Amino acid sequence: MIRFDSIAKRYPPDISALIDVSAEIAAGELVTIVGHSGAGKSTLLKLIPAIERPTSGAVLVSGQNVGALGRKALPFLRRNIGLVFQDQKLLFDRTALANVLLPLEITGFSRKDAQRRAEAALDKVGLLKRARALPIALSGGEQQRLAIARAVVHRPSLLLADEPTAYLDPDTARDVASIFLEFHRVGVTVLVATYDDSLFPGARRIHLDHGRLV
Amino acid sequence: MTTACFPVRGAFISIMGGWCERLPCGSAMNWLFAHWNACRRALARLAAAPLNTLLALLGIGVALALPAGGHLLLTHLSALTRSASPTPQVTVFLAVDAERKLSQGVELRLQGLSGVAKTQMLAREDTLTRMKATEGLADAIAALPKNPFPDAIVVTPADDSPAAIERLATIVRQWRDVEHVQIDADWARRLHALVRLANTGVLLLATLLGIGLVTITFNTIRLQVLSRQSEVEVSRLLGATDAFIRRPFLWYGGMLGLLGGAMAWLIVSAATLWLRLPVAEIARLYGLDLMLTLPTAAESAVLLGGAALLGWLGAALSMRQH
Repeated sequence: MIRFDSIAKRYPPDISALIDVSAEIAAGELVTIVGHSGAGKSTLLKLIPAIERPTSGAVLVSGQNVGALGRKALPFLRRNIGLVFQDQKLLFDRTALANVLLPLEITGFSRKDAQRRAEAALDKVGLLKRARALPIALSGGEQQRLAIARAVVHRPSLLLADEPTAYLDPDTARDVASIFLEFHRVGVTVLVATYDDSLFPGARRIHLDHGRLV
Repeated sequence: MTTACFPVRGAFISIMGGWCERLPCGSAMNWLFAHWNACRRALARLAAAPLNTLLALLGIGVALALPAGGHLLLTHLSALTRSASPTPQVTVFLAVDAERKLSQGVELRLQGLSGVAKTQMLAREDTLTRMKATEGLADAIAALPKNPFPDAIVVTPADDSPAAIERLATIVRQWRDVEHVQIDADWARRLHALVRLANTGVLLLATLLGIGLVTITFNTIRLQVLSRQSEVEVSRLLGATDAFIRRPFLWYGGMLGLLGGAMAWLIVSAATLWLRLPVAEIARLYGLDLMLTLPTAAESAVLLGGAALLGWLGAALSMRQH
């Protein structure tokens, strides 16, 4: 499903985030990307939805080189990917429900259908009762679960998460990790960049060190 | 397990796996729904800052009310000049003490001119009688020792072009028995010329204030984009197209223009209702029939539609820039 083909990513003036990374991820796999801070985990994840473009090499999603996708095609790639960001990127002036509705509005679901799906996604992560709350009123764990609900509400085939348990206490981190495991069980391809892959038992590990595969 | 697709340069590329399904995109209903959503979001943004919105609408309303009100006034004045001089006429006055035979001779000479369509003799006695019947003049005329009015001949020219009338007047002025020649349509012509000039002024004002409206919207949208940077960024990451991101801002600009136009309509209508009686009273004193009326449906539609279009244009330019 995803293939990294001799990927290199350099930032100016001369910082190498990734050096000659090649890897393959099959559909339905659960994969963790581990490594110390600055190893290149986030950069590798960002290459898949083309948030970053490789300096050399190719990232293939279902055989399509995403680095070569134009501005018009890119949104359609991203609509098939669920993204959970390290900083969550929630909209703090919208309710939890409105945050989850956003990907459905973008995709063009009818209001009724969108509402039903958004409530189902919130229910899935245990936040249905907080649907009308603003993100600021949610705890760190709840905010992370809200970010997951938004990432999966449009039922993507691929779920990417960047340090989803980074700022959570151990119990909350386990709760959040269990949600990813559940999605993997129903067939979603899950790719998680994490410092602690013990939360994701059974996952295949991609280990990065200073931008290189170990 | 189903397949999700995303179109790339006309083709569909499948991403296999997961519990993904075909996403609804591309139909006309979805396009309308997206616009409806964007419209609702634009209205919500306007309603979210009522004071700011009201001040912006007042600014736009006042700016648009000036040319709109000017146009309305000039429309009335144009109608007045048209009704005041259906056909231009030349009045030929003879000396006060000229004999009737002489006056009739002048009328015959006028009828012999090729540029004259018809003539009408206004005998001095008839003029005196008419003036005595005029309110406010009776006492003044009665106090005069003798009839102060001369015989006059009203000439309707065959050709009512300004040059032909002027030519006719120049010929008649040279006649020995003629005291004075007056082109009766002169005042109406001057008024008409002034109205034409004022129309050009209103058009210029409308153009300048239209540019002003585009500038106001441009800046408002720029600030909107800056304050909604995170929303734009998140939307992009979630797969929003440029069109999806632009739509609410375009609707916001269009709404701002439309509501500003409505504000201008209210200002112009209120001013019209306020001024119609005093203006009618003044006009009556001058013997004119002038009653200000509210903008017509067509004028209102042009005002509202034009304002919405300018707002939309300002937003589009701003989105292109930012």
